[in-house]
Amino acid sequence: MALIRSVKQFIKSFTLFELFQGLSVTGKYLFKRKFTIQYPEQKTPMSPRFRGHHALRRYPNGQERCIACKLCEAVCPALAIDIELEERADGTRRTTKYDIDFFKCIYCGFCEEACPVDAIVETHIFEYHFENREGTTITKEELLAFGDKHEAEIAKRKAADAPYR
Amino acid sequence: MDTLTTFLNGFLPEGLTTLIVILLKIIAILLPLILAVAYTTFAERKIIGYMQVRMGPNRVGPKGWLQPIADTVKLMFKEIITPTKSSKMVFFIAPMLALAPALAVWAVIPFWDGGVLANVNAGLLLVLAITSLDVFGVILAGWASNSKYAILSSLRVGAQVVAYEIAMGFALVGVLMAAGSLNLTEIVRAQSGGIQHWFVWPLIGLFLVYFISGVAETNRAPFDVAEGESEIVAGFHVEYSGMAFALFFLAEYASMILISTLTALLFLGGWLSPFGHALDNVPVLGSILGDGFHWLLIKASIFLFCYLWFRATFPRYRYDQIMRLGWKVLIPVTLVWIFGEGIAIALGWKPWL
Repeated sequence: MALIRSVKQFIKSFTLFELFQGLSVTGKYLFKRKFTIQYPEQKTPMSPRFRGHHALRRYPNGQERCIACKLCEAVCPALAIDIELEERADGTRRTTKYDIDFFKCIYCGFCEEACPVDAIVETHIFEYHFENREGTTITKEELLAFGDKHEAEIAKRKAADAPYR
Repeated sequence: MDTLTTFLNGFLPEGLTTLIVILLKIIAILLPLILAVAYTTFAERKIIGYMQVRMGPNRVGPKGWLQPIADTVKLMFKEIITPTKSSKMVFFIAPMLALAPALAVWAVIPFWDGGVLANVNAGLLLVLAITSLDVFGVILAGWASNSKYAILSSLRVGAQVVAYEIAMGFALVGVLMAAGSLNLTEIVRAQSGGIQHWFVWPLIGLFLVYFISGVAETNRAPFDVAEGESEIVAGFHVEYSGMAFALFFLAEYASMILISTLTALLFLGGWLSPFGHALDNVPVLGSILGDGFHWLLIKASIFLFCYLWFRATFPRYRYDQIMRLGWKVLIPVTLVWIFGEGIAIALGWKPWL
């Protein structure tokens, strides 16, 4: 038995049997359909829960949603959010400063979860960049402007996700 | 070529004419070769990509066809950095020493019947001698870099190339015993008469040994311990950048193409058509199906493809296993095969004739 096995092994190794087996596998894959996504032209489907660039939203009447409750600041595990507030003449409680340091942010989405008025959201936009180290903290004005710009899409995605929350 | 010679002889001294004609021939060989090297790198990335179910480079130019040119331009504009404590002269000579033999061998390679720059009688010996010089560039590069990884890699290359050169040489001995000549043109002519007369059939073992040791000789996967990324970063060319690195690259791919071409010449009948002369009189297709440079091109491309296929398939050998394969498997196989072949020749039994 041992002799037969060693002869078998001998023949197998000298006919390069296993090497040809391996080559046939890669040879087959040569003609398989390629799975590459040609990124800028093609894109993968995206969940409505995708967590990208932050935005501050407004009510349809133009009033900003944020009530400066500081829940997001409290929940933020990376301590990326910095809020200061004031009481306005009409008695509402509003932020004077709402900074998010994008280099600290880990895009966990806790701020969005914590927000009682759906003011801070993470949008579907992930293709953005910073050109210098100073601009990495996004201010309240920028966040509001970002929200205004993409409000239609944000609302659509929130509505799509609402039944599951 | 003859008309050019007579044209130049009209107003130039004879010596100068010969020089110019030879230089033109050299350019006619080397330019396509370097272009072939550039597109082999492209083919490598494309084919390995496809085997890994990726696309490979497809952004520069239509379908990525300009990628090698973009690579070359990038390498040319990169700074060449020399390590502080390297020996500068050797550091810069080494890549040239690696490249020069890889290009020089092409002088004796016949591309079609009579299409050879120097029809040397001991052509095969010259090929062996010059390709062995390749390793000097690598060893000197490793030594001059003053880097541990580089020197380790060049030591590996030295031992590996010595081990596989013997097996390679023995495989060639089998070929020249069968052909009865060292001249490459004669070796190809000895295989004429159709596919059944090619040396690959009686010498199948030597053919496999030759190609395997050819892969090892050019330090390609799965024998690329010289560049084992996981162990020694990039091997002997870790310290090289820009054009100096490109020369090593050029040398490696030129040797790959050389080994493929040599395998085609020695075992698959080079420019000979697999149909012999049987189909020479077929209208229109006769010139394509007959002997010609295109057959050599096709055969060499098949082996070049095998190089890339191996790289996509096989994991890297462990170093001691490389040595075991070289010394304890390939060399005995060639010896046994040559012995058998010698007996066959002594008995006058030549199945390939």
